[in-house]
Amino acid sequence: MSIISMQNVSKYFGDFQALKNVSLDVALGERVVICGPSGSGKSTLIRCINRLEAHEDGQIVVDGTVLSDDPADLEKIRGLVGMVFQQFNLFPHLTVLENLCIGPRRVLGLTEAEARARAMKYLERVQIPDQADKFPRQLSGGQQQRVAIARSLCMEPRILLFDEPTSALDPEMIAEVLEVMTELAISGMTMIVVTHEMGFARRVADRMVFMDKGEIVEIGAPGDVFDAPKSQRFAQFIKQILNH
Amino acid sequence: MKKLLILTPVILLLSGCSGNWGWYVVDPTTSSGWTNLKFMASGAYYTIVMSVTAILISVVVGLLVALPGLSKKREWRMFNRTYVEIVRAVPILVLILWVYYGLPALSGITLNVFWAGVLALALSDSAFQAEIFRAGIQSIARGQYEAAQSISLNYRDTMRYIILPQAIRRILPALGNQLVYMLKMSSLVSVIGLQELTRKANELVVSEYRPLEIYTVLVLEYLVLILIVSAGVRWFERRMNASEM
Repeated sequence: MSIISMQNVSKYFGDFQALKNVSLDVALGERVVICGPSGSGKSTLIRCINRLEAHEDGQIVVDGTVLSDDPADLEKIRGLVGMVFQQFNLFPHLTVLENLCIGPRRVLGLTEAEARARAMKYLERVQIPDQADKFPRQLSGGQQQRVAIARSLCMEPRILLFDEPTSALDPEMIAEVLEVMTELAISGMTMIVVTHEMGFARRVADRMVFMDKGEIVEIGAPGDVFDAPKSQRFAQFIKQILNH
Repeated sequence: MKKLLILTPVILLLSGCSGNWGWYVVDPTTSSGWTNLKFMASGAYYTIVMSVTAILISVVVGLLVALPGLSKKREWRMFNRTYVEIVRAVPILVLILWVYYGLPALSGITLNVFWAGVLALALSDSAFQAEIFRAGIQSIARGQYEAAQSISLNYRDTMRYIILPQAIRRILPALGNQLVYMLKMSSLVSVIGLQELTRKANELVVSEYRPLEIYTVLVLEYLVLILIVSAGVRWFERRMNASEM
């Protein structure tokens, strides 16, 4: 039983078709890594799953709920799906702790003490409990992204979406974020990760998805697709990013 | 040419000091001068209370008008545009006269001079506040909304806890501007008889025939008031920024 099911999903930005009849099923506990050249629709695809973008055609079902404009359904789905952004998108006027507590307090209705305890639990999990009272701008990029991951975890989602989580980071910060993500994968979190970190993909992905021009061109276990890409476009893409 | 430009006001000033000035009307060392000064300064009460009341109302109304201006729905944006364009087009003095003399005839509601002044000033300012808020809210990056959505915050909580606290920090200088502007515009309410600074000065001029001295004191009264407000706004800005660091 798949927790996310996308059937023939299409998405347009004006005349430009960002997604062309994309179908993808993700099972509970599965780790899917999506890669592809810029403009290939990979970010758009995962942004459709929690409706940061609304798809025009096709159907997306998350844990049995069909994604639509119905606020109740949307709330249900967003409660299941967390997201980590390329630019972290932390709330700059709130401390780390406040960033983590606002969702549990306002959405889940936890008390101050409960939210705080939960926030500290996840800050420990991303290994920065000592930064709780700082403001985001006082942290390094890697620390900020780990706070953002902890913020998502505080909502206790069943699925986590990562939209190029390491692309805005300095090289020395990438490892610490990937480490946290690997640890999450091991703990059994369902994850869909848009990234160009092929080492990470090889280590944790159950399936690799290669997208180009709004379509899924290739899909399969990382070992298979990396070692024997079926399409020429994917073969070329791998060559480019491994040789850069 | 340049020398002439500097010299002219100096000469005018000096000639003023030659004895034609009648500072006795506002000389605090004489009992009548002191009484006159106290009379003038007593107008500060209405100037301040009216301006502050009006700005509090206009900030709230401005925000409520700004929000539909950011809506995806066309009709809501139309409401925002219509309000801003119409209210912004009415001169404040005209609005004051209209609210005080026109509104009772239209609606049967008669406001006293204070509330008529507050209403006119607040209404007029709210259109500008709406534009300030709209600009401030629009300056917040889209990622902030997306992050709020991704943790399921609803619209109200997103605005209240995420967007507005950041937007208000950014528009503080503009809000300070509006407060200064409001203090100055409140002088217009003197035309319907509210006993604020300008009205008091006018009344004194009528009895003392010393417009130059009395209006000079009036200028200084506004200057002092506004310098205090400016310092307050700056202090508040620094405090807000400090709390973010």
